[in-house]
Amino acid sequence: MIERILAMMTKELRQMRRDRLMIGMMFAIPIVQLMLFGFAINSDPRHLPLAVEYNDHSQLTRSIDAALRNSTFFEVTRIAGPGEADRLVRRGDVQFVVTIAPDFTRDLVRGHRPQLLLTADATDPTATSGAVNAIGLAVRQGLSHDLIGPLADRADRLPAIDVVTHLNYNPEGITSHNIVPGLLAIVLSLTMVMMTAMAVTRETERGTMENLLAMPLRPIEVMIGKIVPYLLAGFVQTAIILLFAALIFHVPFQGSVVLTVAVTMVFIAVSLALGFTFSTIAETQLQAMQMSFFYILPSILLSGFLFPFRGMPGWAQAIGEVIPATHFMRLLRGIMLKGWGVAEALPEVAVLAVMLLVLGTVAVMRYRDTVA
Amino acid sequence: MTVPLTIDVAGLTKRFAGRTVVDHFDLQLGEGRICGFLGPNGSGKTTTLRMICGLLIPDEGEGQVLGLDLRSERAEIKRRIGYMTQRFGLFEDLTIRENLDFVAQVYGLDHRRRRVGEALDRLGLATRADQLAGKLSGGWKQRLALAACMLHEPRILLLDEPTAGVDPQARREFWDQIHALARTGITVLVSTHYMDEAERCHEIAYIAYGVMLARGTTEQVVVASGLRALTGEGPGADRLAADIEARPGVRTAAAFGAALHVCGTDLAELRTAVSPWADQIRWTETPATLEDVFIDLMRHASDHSVQARP
Ligand SMILES: Nc1ncnc2c1ncn2[C@@H]1O[C@H](COP(=O)(O)OP(=O)(O)OP(=O)(O)O)[C@@H](O)[C@H]1O
Ligand SMILES: [Mg+2]
Repeated sequence: MIERILAMMTKELRQMRRDRLMIGMMFAIPIVQLMLFGFAINSDPRHLPLAVEYNDHSQLTRSIDAALRNSTFFEVTRIAGPGEADRLVRRGDVQFVVTIAPDFTRDLVRGHRPQLLLTADATDPTATSGAVNAIGLAVRQGLSHDLIGPLADRADRLPAIDVVTHLNYNPEGITSHNIVPGLLAIVLSLTMVMMTAMAVTRETERGTMENLLAMPLRPIEVMIGKIVPYLLAGFVQTAIILLFAALIFHVPFQGSVVLTVAVTMVFIAVSLALGFTFSTIAETQLQAMQMSFFYILPSILLSGFLFPFRGMPGWAQAIGEVIPATHFMRLLRGIMLKGWGVAEALPEVAVLAVMLLVLGTVAVMRYRDTVA
Repeated sequence: MTVPLTIDVAGLTKRFAGRTVVDHFDLQLGEGRICGFLGPNGSGKTTTLRMICGLLIPDEGEGQVLGLDLRSERAEIKRRIGYMTQRFGLFEDLTIRENLDFVAQVYGLDHRRRRVGEALDRLGLATRADQLAGKLSGGWKQRLALAACMLHEPRILLLDEPTAGVDPQARREFWDQIHALARTGITVLVSTHYMDEAERCHEIAYIAYGVMLARGTTEQVVVASGLRALTGEGPGADRLAADIEARPGVRTAAAFGAALHVCGTDLAELRTAVSPWADQIRWTETPATLEDVFIDLMRHASDHSVQARP
């Protein structure tokens, strides 16, 4: 039995080695995804372009200007002319325009509540919501240096936007800290499921399956022989992502690396078993790929990867709960960001273990040792 | 003289989605026998071979292969027979040596290196052992596949169109090899569409629409068909096929080079049928060939099978 499994593994590894495209994908998928989700797609954007329209010039407005320029939320890209605000936003030249009214300084000094008009391009709510709060904060902080002595009591009368944000675990609200561990779950789901599903259907499609079945190979031997090489591939991907997480995205690693690797192993096994199950249903590589995509979409959308899990409607959460990636993602974020230990990880690991057992059984049962 | 039976199956039946593809197939084959398995495309040859080698479970019927039960001992049967698939079944992205090595390891053979080396030498592929199998020409792929399925020295070889696309020289070598193997007591069941190959078999089995229509040695099959034949030679003989075939008593008429080969069950009727052309063309009686028999069976099997099926 060991001999036959070894034969299968050697064969798979040799074939893998010759499949340049697949090796390329193995490395490229995690790296490209990291770049995309880690850098480019940022649901907590910074350096949004902002214009300021000054209809008043004073020490106070200069302080506001300095405060806006200091904030990392905005990039003051231009000074707008009078009445230009709407046009700039409409054209998409800037995301925000701050308009300072002509009598801003006078009103402030007199104790009237002066208006600070913020025109925002709200087409993308994620881009604006944080920034709107941040402007109030920046302006108040900027002015706090000037509102001293006789003006001190004005500090309390500023247009008050009272935003209290209290961020746990990721106090700076850096998206990549949350995204990168999630990405490991997504990349593994995608590549592990797809690779195994295709590895088996490829045999059927190329006509080698009949020959394999005619040999004294038992289903479990074919399965293990095929799965182990892909397990190695999964480890390579895990290593790439964790290295990037540590070195480039500086994701704080609160929990134990060993525990992370251990739960990753369980998750990879679940994904491989799922891929194998798919392969017993799909007849061609194309079908296997389609099934993998059908699986990966809810994994991205409903697992809590892109949207906060608890913020989804109940039915979406219910679907999310049966997706392996959801549980793996909770484990990763828990261990990496919140420093979960074994005890805290156990319930989620148990769910994955049950999934592995069910999928493994289905795969072995569905795998036929006959051609039809 | 009785030789021990290595293949002994009876009533093998396979249905796909309610369609009977193999219908009560019986076959007894003794040790060292070479049986040619013939029949038109889609007649169920591959399906039958798959049932015998344990790749398909028959819907009906029983049997033993090497004394092993066809249903309950499929795993052991797989270990002991060699099956060459109709479609190239080795891995195109592995080298020739790696393919043989894989097969040897799966069968748990000892002295793997030596055996693979010997197989490569026999094949004459020793110098190209590290070439990818997918880069081989069609004929060479067939030879490699044959070498692979014989690596574990099986007692039974089931070969599904092993010589399709192989050049005549290689085919002859292949058949010499098959006969050499049979002399050592190996039973060979080989499907083919070539008549010359059928004639090199000890016995043949002809199947159409899943039903076995003829069985025995070449002579037995020809005699049993009751077919008689006339060969016509003379100016324009080869162009008369359609005209003559339309006449009563003629079952087939086909041109071979300049000559015309006419077949029927009744010699007198045949002579009458060709009589209008008797002055230009010289007609002589020749024995019916195996091909005559198969063409005839093929043409008339369809009606038979339509009746046989509700
Ligand atoms: N797995 C299957 N599912 C459904 N139908 C099948 C299956 N395998 C074979 N058939 C059908 O059974 C019939 C017999 O096929 P089979 O391959 O046994 O014929 P064959 O004699 O080997 O033909 P050929 O000379 O073309 O190789 C065909 O009509 C084919 O379509
Ligand atoms: Mg066939």
